[in-house]
Amino acid sequence: MEQSKRKVDSALKKPKVTERRRFLTIMAQSIGLSALGGIIWTGYVEEAKSAPLTLRPPGALAEDDFLRTCIKCGQCAEACPYDTLIMAKPGDRKPMGTPYFIPRDIPCYMCTDIPCVPVCPTGALDEDSVSSIVDGKKSLDINKAKMGIAIVDHDSCIAFWGIQCDACYRACPILGDAISIEFIRNERTGKHAKLVPVVHSDHCTGCGLCEHACVTEKAAIFVLPREVGMGKPGDYYVKGWSKKDQERVKERNLNELKTKTERSEKKPQDYLNMDEELFQ
Amino acid sequence: MKTLYKMRYLILRRITQVGLLFLYFAANAYGWNILKGTLSASLLFDKIPLADPFAVLQMLSAGAVMGINVFIGAGIITLFYGIIGGRAFCSWVCPVNMVTDLANWIRRELLLDKAERKVWVSRNARYWVMGLALIVSALTGLAAFELVSPITIFNRGVIFGMGMGGGVLVAIFLFDLFGVKNGWCGHICPLGGFYSLVGRFSLIRVRHNQPNCTLCMKCKDVCPESEVLFMIGKESTTVNMGECVNCARCIEVCDDDALEFSLRDFTKSKTKGVNQ
Repeated sequence: MEQSKRKVDSALKKPKVTERRRFLTIMAQSIGLSALGGIIWTGYVEEAKSAPLTLRPPGALAEDDFLRTCIKCGQCAEACPYDTLIMAKPGDRKPMGTPYFIPRDIPCYMCTDIPCVPVCPTGALDEDSVSSIVDGKKSLDINKAKMGIAIVDHDSCIAFWGIQCDACYRACPILGDAISIEFIRNERTGKHAKLVPVVHSDHCTGCGLCEHACVTEKAAIFVLPREVGMGKPGDYYVKGWSKKDQERVKERNLNELKTKTERSEKKPQDYLNMDEELFQ
Repeated sequence: MKTLYKMRYLILRRITQVGLLFLYFAANAYGWNILKGTLSASLLFDKIPLADPFAVLQMLSAGAVMGINVFIGAGIITLFYGIIGGRAFCSWVCPVNMVTDLANWIRRELLLDKAERKVWVSRNARYWVMGLALIVSALTGLAAFELVSPITIFNRGVIFGMGMGGGVLVAIFLFDLFGVKNGWCGHICPLGGFYSLVGRFSLIRVRHNQPNCTLCMKCKDVCPESEVLFMIGKESTTVNMGECVNCARCIEVCDDDALEFSLRDFTKSKTKGVNQ
C-alpha cells in the first residue's frame, strides 16, 4: 500500500510533456538535423565554387560576384552563335549551371555585337564593361573583354625552338596588339632569328583563338583566368617612365604599408642618410 | 475513351510539362523566340521576363546586386501562382514531377506502400530545407539550392545536354520509389515549400462535394499531398491548404463527382486540418 502510494507520488512529480515543451523540442530537433544538413551543403557549395580554371563569357563580373549573380538561365549560351558557351553539367567539375568555355574546343570568336551579354537578365554579364563611348554614344566593344589571359609555354612552343610558326599570332583577332612577334637570336645556329609570340596582357581578351590554333599536340599557348594567369607588381614597383603606371599607385595609403622598420618610419631623404656607421 | 477522360488532367499536365521543355529546347536548337532560357529565368515572346522567385531570393541572400528585369520576372511568377495557380508549378510545370509521378505509380502497382518499413520524414522538412537554402546561400555567397537543384539540372539537361545529370534523376526516382513515398516533392524539395507558401491564398482550388462522396478514399490514395484532403467525406469545402499542387488527380479518380475544380471558398472551414 505504502509502496504504491510512493509510486503515484513520483509519477506526479515527473515533469509533464506540455504542448509548449513538445513544440520547442521539435523545433530544437529540426535545428539539430538542419545543422548536419547545413554543414554538408555548405561544404559542397564551397568546394564547388573553387574551380579556379573556369573561363567565363565576355563581360563577366569578377568570379565571386559572377557566381553570386548568375541565375543559371543559359540565355547567354543560347545567344552564342558558335556554341562556345557551355552550361556546366554534373560531371563537368565546374559550379553547376554556370556558363563557361573551353577554347581548345571552341574559342570565343569575339562577335562585335556580343550577343551573349545584353541577354543576361541579372547583370552577371556586365554590358558596361564591354562598351565604350563613341561620339557620346555607348556602343559595344568586344576588345574590352577580359575573359582570361593567354600564356605561352616557352619549352613546348616550337617557335622558341627556332621553327617558324606564327599560328597563334595569325589567329589573334587583335594581332599586333594582343600578340606580337618578337625577334630573338637563335644561339644554336648562330645565324638565324627565332620569331616568338609575346602576349600583352592589356590587350589580350582571353578569347582563346590562339589556343585553338596552336599546332602542338597540347596547346603551348593557352588561356587562363586572369586572376590565375597574371601576377601583380604591387605598390612598391612603379614604372617611373609611365604616367599611366604612376596613376596606379597615386592613391596608395602609406599607413597601410605592411613592412614597418626603423627606416620606413622616416622619409626617404632622411633614412638614406641615417646609416652613420657608413661614414666612420 | 472513358480511361482517357479519367486521365484528362494528367494528359494536359504532361502536355504542358513536355511542351515547356520543348519550347526551351527549341529556343536553343532552332532559335524559336517563344520561350528562351530555362526555368530559372526566361524570356517569353522575346519581351516578357520571367524568373524563379525562390532563385532570386537565394541570390539576394547571397548578396547579389541584380538587374531590374529579373525582379520583374520574379514578380510576374509570384503573382501568377500567388493569385491564380497556387502550387501548380509543381504538377504542371516542374519536369521532376514526371519522374516522381512515375515512381509513385510503380510504388502503387507493386503495393510497396503496404509492405515497406515506413521511414518517417516530416512534410515540414521542406520548410527547413528552404530556410537552410537561404542560410547556406548567405554563408557561401552562392545560391545554394540552385547549385544542386535537380529541377534545373533536368531542365538544362534537356536543353544543353544531360551529362551526368541523369544520375541525379535516377537517385530521386529511387528515393521516391523505394525510400519515402512522395519523398522528394512532398517532403524535401524547398521549391515546393516555397510555392506552398506563395500559393497559400490562390483562387483556383479543388472543391469537395461531400454529399456525393462514398468514402472510397481513391482520392487520398492517389494524392501526393494527402494531408490536404482532410475534409473528404466530412464537409463540402475547397481544398485550401497551400501544399495542394492542383494536379487534379483526385478529381480524375473520383467516380462519384465529389471533387471538381472551383474557386476558393473563403468561409472558415469547420473541421481542422490534421497534419499527417
